[in-house]
Order: sequence, then structure tokens, then C-alpha cells
Amino acid sequence: MKVVVFCKSVPDTETRVRLKDNRLDKSEIKYILNPYDEYAVEEAVRMKEGGKAEEVIAISMGPERAKEALRSALAIGADRGILIKDDALDGSDTYVTAKVLVKALEKDGLEYGMLLFGQQAIDGDTWHVPGQVAEMLGLPQTGSIIKLEVDPDGGKAVANRMVEGGEEVHEMALPCVVTCRKGLNEPRYPSLPNIMKAKKKPIQEYSVSDLGFSAEDVGKAGALTEVLSYALPPQKEAGKKVEGEPEEVAQALLQYLKEEIKVI
Amino acid sequence: MIRNVDFYLMEELLEEEEKIIRDTTRRFVEEKVLPLIPEHYDKGTFPTELIPEIGKLGLFGITIPQEYGGAGASYFSYGLACQELEWCDSGLRSLVSVQNSLCMYPIYAYGSEEQKRKYLPRMATGEIIGCYGLTEPDAGSDPASMRTVAKKVEGGWVLNGNKIWITNAPIAGLAVVWAKTQEGVRGFIVERGTPGFETPEIKQKMSLRFSPTGEIVLEDCFVPEENMLPGSEMGMKAPFSCLTRARYGIAWGGVGMAAFCYERALEYAKERIQFGRPLASFQLIQQDLADMLTEITKCQLLVYRLGRLFDEGRASHVMVSMAKRACTMMAHQVTRKAREILGGNGISLEYHIIRHLCNTETTTTYEGTSKIHALILGRHITGISAFR
Repeated sequence: MKVVVFCKSVPDTETRVRLKDNRLDKSEIKYILNPYDEYAVEEAVRMKEGGKAEEVIAISMGPERAKEALRSALAIGADRGILIKDDALDGSDTYVTAKVLVKALEKDGLEYGMLLFGQQAIDGDTWHVPGQVAEMLGLPQTGSIIKLEVDPDGGKAVANRMVEGGEEVHEMALPCVVTCRKGLNEPRYPSLPNIMKAKKKPIQEYSVSDLGFSAEDVGKAGALTEVLSYALPPQKEAGKKVEGEPEEVAQALLQYLKEEIKVI
Repeated sequence: MIRNVDFYLMEELLEEEEKIIRDTTRRFVEEKVLPLIPEHYDKGTFPTELIPEIGKLGLFGITIPQEYGGAGASYFSYGLACQELEWCDSGLRSLVSVQNSLCMYPIYAYGSEEQKRKYLPRMATGEIIGCYGLTEPDAGSDPASMRTVAKKVEGGWVLNGNKIWITNAPIAGLAVVWAKTQEGVRGFIVERGTPGFETPEIKQKMSLRFSPTGEIVLEDCFVPEENMLPGSEMGMKAPFSCLTRARYGIAWGGVGMAAFCYERALEYAKERIQFGRPLASFQLIQQDLADMLTEITKCQLLVYRLGRLFDEGRASHVMVSMAKRACTMMAHQVTRKAREILGGNGISLEYHIIRHLCNTETTTTYEGTSKIHALILGRHITGISAFR
């Protein structure tokens, strides 16, 4: 069984977000493999180490720097990468992204048994793409799993997901789509020898036309959604300090809650 | 998660695998090591349970080919790893430097095929930690004046002498010992357990406290012929070639340590309010921060270029001397300024700054003092040796 892991290159969590011309200012951002995708890569590599997967393929859509995210996945233990890279893709929404990824899987001729995603990307944070891909491929899907057991011979997978006050257990026929989160596993640190080996692993690149799309099908032109504007969260105002005897403080606090912010 | 001091956008000059090696090392030390350090530094102990984890990550034998269990990475990557290890602690970086440059390198470069097969894979996992016996009580900056001798006997050699300030000695499974023979200085692999080989620990150090340091005492210590490094027949050239590599890593480490202290000082200066405004708003503090960032950036450029030259085989030992001296002295100045910005908190282990500052007293001393490196540069510049 072949397992595909979807990877995204995202700004590091320490990034100081700035806006320029109503878009994210990308000039000083450091990029990393989306942390949720690490759980997906780790899970796929464990499936391979456990003899349940024969090949792990990492796939990404993005600019040249997305190769670094793929290289990180290869260093953790994925076997090869696929990158869809094209200037025309700039401005794509999640629908276009899913459409392009699905076409790339088809183009590659992959006979996959499972598709693994991180549950969300820490930049756009839409949680859209896994569901869209599953829908387009007509595959069963479950999300935010904390346990996964795959039975390739029996053609099924059982996944546990956290829900309010308990866990749900989903059984799905293969191939299926799952999204991963913290708690599923503890992603390993890629070792230096494996990082060096990853350098030699192949990354297949596709352009938009390789996949049979025209420029109108993708990017802003092909998108179903449009971002109207970006805004930084409002600056936090300085807190209010109330001093005095306990009775006075309690009185002042009560008055504040009642009259100023009106929660009581 | 990971923030780098990178004012001159040097990120763009790194290869994919170099970034991954740097970031992986940083994540490991930040998540697994940094939280342990204050307590161990306070007690002067080292958590040896970390060693297999460091080995698993491939930080031992970074430049050693994979067929001997190493990572097969470049010296540039080794430099980046040293930078991140010392971002955490000089003692941690010393453990890795000694294993890589002073022990695995000489076995790889001067050892027999049997020695390489026997020791390198087990050293790469951390199963065997090495130490390096060169410095003696009366032979520091002038190692050629060593008194340790190796006498030829049937089937091997008998070693006698004392080595001091030996990093890793108390936890080492083997020592690469340099001793005088009739044909000149040669290297020997002495295994732990060999009769006449002892490694008493040096206590009461006030620097590099997250690193076990000891002596090596050799009393009629018999070392079999097959444990002599056969390729080391070149006097002091072999031990110096190891030192050049270790010094190279120390230069990178100075940059990492300084970056850590600069970041912490900057954060503190922005948050700490005095006279109703942040420390960072005072001109005197801004001047310190400007100096710190400038000096760090200069040294980043130095080690970057040195690293590329090293991998091209064009870095001279004098270039390494310049970088080792400049980066450790820079780290001393930057940690000192950071210590001052943090005020009283600057001396608490909880804030890590005083530890780095104390460690610079070692890094500007071991592997050639700043003064000796100045004289090596002076000899190169003028053609006149001031010390020989």
C-alpha cells in the first residue's frame, strides 16, 4: 500500500506578522513544514516501518520554498516527493489547491491506499483542503485523529478522534483520508544521516500545464473565494490595576464589570 | 518555535539540508536539553542519559562517512550544529566537538581500517564517548613540550604521563592520547579498563559546569600495537589538525551563544519597565543592543565564509585561529552586555545569561587562548614567530 502525505510550507510560529499592500509581507519570514503535517508524516513513516505501507509519498503545492518542507518530510522518512509549482498558482484558494493536488495524484498514477493530512495549516487555518480532496475523490474521511490502526489486507482503517467528553471510533474502507493532530504520535527529530539521505531522494515537479490546466483554471482566476482584506488583530490595551483594601477592590471590580464592560 | 538572529539575511545562503540540520539541532536542544541545564549547571553534573539521544540524532560523527556510522555531512553543517548546541550550552557543544573533531576525526584520518570499523560506528551512536589527551600540567599553549612518553615494548607500547583539563575524561570509554616516542609524537587509542589508565574528575570549576572534565593518569599503561594510530607519524601535525577542526566548531559556537544572549536581552529590555518606560527606550541600552547585533553579524559572516572555505579545502589553520579568537571574544562581550541589561536577573541560572558568560571564560581559553591565537596571526602577518 502506498501512503500519500500532504505537506505545506508555512511561516514559522515565531513569525512577526506584518502586512504590505493588503497581503502578508513575506520578505522576512522563515518557513517550516506545517507542524500538523509532521504528525501525518510521522504516522505514515511508522506505517512503513511497521510493514503496513510500502512507499510514503510527500506532496505539496507551493513556490520553490515548498521544496524545503518536502525535504523535511523526506528527512523524517518519506521516500519521494511531488511538488506542483507554477507562478499561475499564486492567489489560489483552498478549492483550487484541492483540485490541483487531486490532478497531480492522478497524473502521477499513484495507486494510494491512504491519504494523510495535518488537520489544519497554521497559516491560513481553514481546515478545508482534506475534506475537499476527499470529496473530489469520493473517499471516506475522518479528521483530528489521535489513534490510527490500518489493516491493508482487510482493506480498512480504524481511527479514533476526540469529541466533546469522549472519543469516536470510525472504521473506513481503504483508500481513505484522515487528518492528524497532536496526540496521534510524537514526531521524531530527523537524524543528520537521514537529512543527508533525503538530499538524494527524488522530488517530481509538475507545472499547471503538465496537469492539463490553463492559467484561468487556477490562481485567483479559478478560485471560488476571494480575500477582501487582511487586518492585524487590534492592539491589546494596557490592563487596569485596582488597588486598595479588599472591600474597596471588590467594589471597584464589581462596578467595572457592571458598568464598563457590562457582563453582569 | 525557531527564531534566528539574521540581520544580513544569511538564511538565503543556506542549502535545504543545512537549514534542516540547524533547525533540528535547535529544536532538540531547546525542547530536550535547555530545561535540564540550570539544575545540572548548579550541581556541576551532566545527564549522561542524553548521550544516546544525541547519538540517535546523528550529532556524533557529523562529517564521518555513513559507512562508518556517521552522517556524511559537510563541515559547514558541523558548524551549524555547533552553533545551535552552544546556543544551548558550551559544555554540550564541547561534548560533541570532542567526540567529532578530537576523537572520531583522528581515528578516521589516521586510524587503520580495523580501528575505524571497530570504534567509529560505536562512537557515532554514543555507546563509546571519547576524550582527547594532549594538554598537560606543564604543557598548555606549548603542547610539543609534553612529558607523556610511549616506550616501545614487545607487542605494543607502555605509556606514562599526566594529561589535564580533559573534556569528557570521566565519562569516556576511550581516550586518544598523544605521547612522545623516539620517532616523535604519536597518537594512541587507550580503552577504559586498561590497567594503569585512570581519569579522576576535576571538581570546583566555575565555568563549563555542564561538562565533565578530568585528568588522564597513565602509569605503566600497556597499549597494544594495534591501538596506535598508524597514520599519525608526523609530529605535532596530526594533533594540530584535530585542534583546527575543534576550534572551527568553537568559533561557530560563539555565534550561537551570543545570539541566545542577545535575543534574551532584547526581549527583557522591551518588557522591563523603569521610570515608566521600557529599558529598550533608553539610549544607553540601545547602544548596547546596536553593538551586540553588529558584532554578532560580523562574526556570522566570518564563520559563514570560513565554513565554505573549509569544505573547499581552502581554510588555513590561521583563518581558523582568527575566527576562534574573534567569535569567542565577541561572545564574551555580548554575554557581558546581556548580563548587564538583565540586571540582577542576569546572574540567575534561570535566565541562562550568567552561565553563558561564565562559559566564555573557558571558550576564550581552551583550544588555544585568545593571546596564542593572536600570536599565530601575528606570525602569519609578519613572518616572525613571537613564541618559538
